[in-house]
Amino acid sequence: MMVSLTGDPGETGETGRAAAASGGRRARVRGGRNRPGSWPAAVPLLAFTAVAFGIPAVALLLGAFTVRDPETRLSSFSTANVAGSLQGAYLNTLVSSVQLSAVVALLGAVLGTFLAQAVVTSRFRALRETVLTASGVLANFGGVPLAFTWVATLGNSGVLTQAFGLDAHGWSLYTFWGLAVVYLYFSVPLMVLVMVPALDGLKAQWREAASNSGATAWQYWRHVGVPVLTPSLLGGTVLLFGGAFAAYATAKAMVGSTVPLVTLQIADALTGDVLIGHENIALALSLDMIIVAALVMAVYLPLQRRSGRWLR
Amino acid sequence: MAAVTPILPGDAGEAPAAGAPARPGRPARRRVWRGVVLIVAAAYFLVPMGASFWFTVHSEQQGFSLSTYAEILSAEGFAASMLLSLALAAATIAVVLALTLPALLAVRLGAPRLRPVLEVVCTLPLVVPPITFVTGISTVLRWGPDYLAATPFWATLIAIQDETFPVVLVMAYVVLALPFVHRSLDAGLRAVDVRTLVEAARNLGASWPHVMFRVIIPNLRPAIASASFLTLALVLGEYTVAALLGYQTFPVWIVTVSGANGRLSVAVSILSLLITWLLLLVLSGAGTKRKDA
Repeated sequence: MMVSLTGDPGETGETGRAAAASGGRRARVRGGRNRPGSWPAAVPLLAFTAVAFGIPAVALLLGAFTVRDPETRLSSFSTANVAGSLQGAYLNTLVSSVQLSAVVALLGAVLGTFLAQAVVTSRFRALRETVLTASGVLANFGGVPLAFTWVATLGNSGVLTQAFGLDAHGWSLYTFWGLAVVYLYFSVPLMVLVMVPALDGLKAQWREAASNSGATAWQYWRHVGVPVLTPSLLGGTVLLFGGAFAAYATAKAMVGSTVPLVTLQIADALTGDVLIGHENIALALSLDMIIVAALVMAVYLPLQRRSGRWLR
Repeated sequence: MAAVTPILPGDAGEAPAAGAPARPGRPARRRVWRGVVLIVAAAYFLVPMGASFWFTVHSEQQGFSLSTYAEILSAEGFAASMLLSLALAAATIAVVLALTLPALLAVRLGAPRLRPVLEVVCTLPLVVPPITFVTGISTVLRWGPDYLAATPFWATLIAIQDETFPVVLVMAYVVLALPFVHRSLDAGLRAVDVRTLVEAARNLGASWPHVMFRVIIPNLRPAIASASFLTLALVLGEYTVAALLGYQTFPVWIVTVSGANGRLSVAVSILSLLITWLLLLVLSGAGTKRKDA
């Protein structure tokens, strides 16, 4: 699912909590007397997520720690799956996925920030609107069509590959770096969406104050600009990492399985392409993925709150 | 050519540190690096579009021809998979709105303590990559024969996997759409004083359904529209869950057809892109217009 967190990440942080607090106060003052609780209206949603999301999650967790004896067909608790998923070829796919996501996140963050800065400092409003709208669209653009667009462009019989004889120079789209180039197509726009509000938040007065106090451009960025932008920069990078890490459709449609990626490995294991007794390895690998993704989100959420402090 | 694009802006990257802050002094240099960044970005984002269009309309033997696009409509499986995806999208939109809207209203009107709970529930799907979600789902579906064969749940489990209309996909898509729908509706509710509207309507004797359909929903129309568009785009583009559960939705069909007819699959990709973009542009257009008004 590549429809990413494109909306304004700064918005939900402190405003959200403030609104929650004032809502609570109001409820006590005005609604507290005789209003029957309206919570039953939330029950269907909670019940639905408990079934549609909770049961698969529990099944995943249980399955990851269960092995079934191929002869007796009895299941027993074991950490063998998880241990197995962190060894050999399985570990390779996990590491390779993390590497690819890290490369995409870092490159995407740097390139997206420069593009955002170019847009923010531009005097042309039309350019700004165009880039922002295009970013909103492209950041949501992933999956199968993205893969085929690139295959037609730079794949083995792609238009540019043929026109410039790139394959003779050793170019192949179906590699680690090929995937990185493709993933940047939705990562850079996402970074632009994150960074434009942040760069807008750098007040002209700060720059003027710095240069009036005799600071050089370098000093301004070193001591004012970058520190203020750091939460947004890190938050955006984390977001790109998560997007690239979870991507499956693009990789599947493009490279099949020439690049080892944990998402491709899970799909293989899920569709039965594993040794007997290793059926639950897909579940263990999924668990590994969720842990990585959760760690990443654990970094992102506090950062999002911090970035709200300066950029109002 | 696109292979080198990621490096180029990096080279230009030294510029902003030195050039950008020199606002009063050296506008020329700033304009140069800005131009370079924008041109490189435009090339990187536009070339694949142009190249893949060229790929579909040009061939060595026939030269220029649009016949690939004419083939799409008659291609085997296109209509069926498209209809399935559209039906899934419609069902998903209906279910996700029917679940989320009352819950969010409840939080606004009288149960603010539920707000953090809802936020967590609606953010969780973002933390869990779809591929792991589908792993969990298929595990549950495989439990069926093992544990549930003798119970009434078994029939339910079979029913939701019906080939012609897989309810299990709707359930999965509702979960995947929750974060976006929650965000849109929450933003919409924030802009409207729901409490006053509801109290006014109730004091004037309106029934609850009346309040819901004649007062609240009309006031939230932009938010509901944006939530629906996002869900539609999500369902029309979703590959992972459908492919791994074995259903022929539209994106799955594109991948299937690519093996036999590469040109066709690229043409369909371009078309589906255009459709999705149109949807999203309509959405962002609608959003800005309302802000101006």
